Amino acid sequence: MSVINIENLTKRFGNLTALDGVNLEVQEGEVYGYIGPNGAGKTTTIRILLGILKATAGTVTIFGRDAWRDAVEIHRRVAYVPGEVNLWPDLTGGEVIDLLVKLRGSNNKSRREELIEKFDLDPTKKCGTYSKGNRQKVALVAAFAADADLYILDEPSSGLDPLMDRVFQECVLEAKKNGKSVFLSSHILSEVEKLCDKVSIIRQGKIVEAGALHELRHLTRANVLVETGRPAASLAELRGVHNIRENGQVYSFQVDTEELGRVINYVSQFDILRLECAPPTLEDLFMRHYETTGGIS
Amino acid sequence: MWHELFLNTGKYLRLLLRRDRIRLTIWLLSLTLLTVVVALAYTELTPTERERQAMAETMRNPAVTTMFGPGYGLDNYTYGAIMGHQMLLFTALIVAIMSILLVVRHTRGDEESGRIEMLRSLPFGRLSNLAATGLALFGANVLLALLVGLGLFATGIETIDLHGSLLYGACLGATGVFFAAVTALFAQLTESSRSTTGYSFAFLIAAYLIRAVGDVSHETLSWLSPFGWIVRTQVYVNNYWGPFWLTIAASLALMTLSLYLNAIRDLEASFIPAKPGRRTASVFLQSPLGLAWRLQRTTIISWVAGMFVLGASYGSVMGDMETYLNSMELLRDMLPAAEGFSLTEQFIPMLMAVISMVAAIPVLLMILKLRGEENRKRTEHLLASAVSRNNIMMSFFILSFIVSFLMLLFGATGMWSAAVAAMNDPVPFATLFKAAMVYLPALWVMIALAVLLTGLLPQGAGLTWLYLGYSFVVVYLGPLLKLPEWLVRLSPFGNIPRLPIEELDFTRLFLLTLIALTFTVRGFFGYNRRDIQG
Repeated sequence: MSVINIENLTKRFGNLTALDGVNLEVQEGEVYGYIGPNGAGKTTTIRILLGILKATAGTVTIFGRDAWRDAVEIHRRVAYVPGEVNLWPDLTGGEVIDLLVKLRGSNNKSRREELIEKFDLDPTKKCGTYSKGNRQKVALVAAFAADADLYILDEPSSGLDPLMDRVFQECVLEAKKNGKSVFLSSHILSEVEKLCDKVSIIRQGKIVEAGALHELRHLTRANVLVETGRPAASLAELRGVHNIRENGQVYSFQVDTEELGRVINYVSQFDILRLECAPPTLEDLFMRHYETTGGIS
Repeated sequence: MWHELFLNTGKYLRLLLRRDRIRLTIWLLSLTLLTVVVALAYTELTPTERERQAMAETMRNPAVTTMFGPGYGLDNYTYGAIMGHQMLLFTALIVAIMSILLVVRHTRGDEESGRIEMLRSLPFGRLSNLAATGLALFGANVLLALLVGLGLFATGIETIDLHGSLLYGACLGATGVFFAAVTALFAQLTESSRSTTGYSFAFLIAAYLIRAVGDVSHETLSWLSPFGWIVRTQVYVNNYWGPFWLTIAASLALMTLSLYLNAIRDLEASFIPAKPGRRTASVFLQSPLGLAWRLQRTTIISWVAGMFVLGASYGSVMGDMETYLNSMELLRDMLPAAEGFSLTEQFIPMLMAVISMVAAIPVLLMILKLRGEENRKRTEHLLASAVSRNNIMMSFFILSFIVSFLMLLFGATGMWSAAVAAMNDPVPFATLFKAAMVYLPALWVMIALAVLLTGLLPQGAGLTWLYLGYSFVVVYLGPLLKLPEWLVRLSPFGNIPRLPIEELDFTRLFLLTLIALTFTVRGFFGYNRRDIQG
């Protein structure tokens, strides 16, 4: 069963088209990555999912129900962490956590305490005195203390230090283990790589790439570093070899995945001393998209 | 040692004055202007000695003493005596507020935001910031004293002489310096700019109240409050400088203590440990309505007190209103003639109109908070939870609705309490209560307009304030300016029957309520259909 289903979603603000025919589907139990640069439309998509913004065209459903019309019913089973957490400066972190959990309708005291402990948060301080990272922790504790079926997280770890980032990742993996679905927007690619089963890449309001991570990788190139006993001069002329750099007889280059076999075959005749072949990172995948579609605008 | 503690104070003082150049200019000029304009206004309001003496008669009661301080020079109530008696204390309150806000900004405010840390990494004395702040405020208040003093003297009013005017200005300046020192002290004691401001304002209110109680009971008590000191200069009549020097000496002592405490503490540390807040939410903070209350309870409580004082200030002069109004042509022009009613009764509707329009301020603050929350991107937390838009808007609406009742209730109660103290034959509470409550539909129209705009034209929600301003002009000044009736009728406040001199006209009240209802419903529909910004 699909938890989130977005079909042909378009959102315009006046003349500006923020989202242009977005399609997306998240299955139950999936951790779904939604990546794109700032201003691509990630937050707009999430706000439409939450019924805060109204879609100009297209259908958006969560748990099979209309995201705008049935927002309140849907939200009983949804937990959300905004990208930029703005809290009430006069309320303490503990008060905000309780309020948000209560408004969602669930109440799990021990889970709350456990998370406060894990995230190392002082809940007795006024939100006005919290740093960005601490405000994020408040939102994260409130979200994960709720017993939700779907977690919508908008760049949730952008203010966390590496230690807390790991706590966050544990929370996501634990949710996944319990069969929950997670929709995670990010521009931190390593995070998406570690956590997500599937990703969609959005750019200027359009989905430019979507699918399981292992499927997406064939679209890009592997990074190869090879050291040979004899000079392999003509390597650069092979089909599928890009951006080659030579340092003595150490060659580092990228190769199209479908040409990898032939290239390795060719190199092997020059006595391979060292061979490193790394799978493409999402970063590469992302950068390549910029290259082919005209760079970062 | 001394040199090191205060290193670069001068350079920093210049930066500080540069940062505050606009802020300070506005404060000083508006305070001077206010004082001069009021002095001139008194010559318009009470042109003859007979009128001034009539005014003096209204001042001889305890309610007035609690508000303005002990009366003096009442037997010969000159313009100078009037200024000193009726204006000095209130202007001093504003000066104190100025000092508090400016000092908090430069002490705990800068410390909290890490700016002092940056400075202290440079060759910069440990006390330079506090010393520069103290010097800046001292200079500003000396300047204020001179501006006000010379400004008053420049009005050329005979009894407002140079000596008295300089003392008047000096009293304001001394109060400013005193509260700068008090705030500097609290900045050492507390750990955030929020609590420094809180403690300083609490001190201000306590000082005012202690003086109020002391002035009507034991005078010794008044000598504990800086406000008790300055009203005892009896400026323009006896011109005692003693209390002024006392204020300055106390300020120096407080400032020295602040500098000492600042020298022995760590940066960003405080002497009063930060009180941890609540670890969990109370049972009240579990719904949008609970949140709306929690966010605005301080505002509500302060306004309740404020409305009571406003009502009391009107009520306190009711006892002698008959003689007073009879002697004042200007005020009589503002009242429509009504046969068979005493002048006091004729005056009540005008007072109630003012009270209700002032009450509209907190009422609008409550409902427009909804829009403010949206602007600060906090509404999305609620909307992302299982809370409907109707529920959110209704919470702020209900609070605003309750506040509309509370404000009128406390305005009327304040007026009645003071009237009981000041009048031999006080106006019955029921009369005042009815005359106030009849304005409820007008307040509801204001709420409804705010709801309508929040729902349909969120960027324009602030226009409600403009409409309130318009109402104030046409309703309060309409009769005086001889404005056409239809202009007055464009304001909800212009459509309220003037109790007790007019009949209670339920048709008009019903129509206003109907308009309010229509706007509200439209506003709710709009809010349900639009994008929430942020």
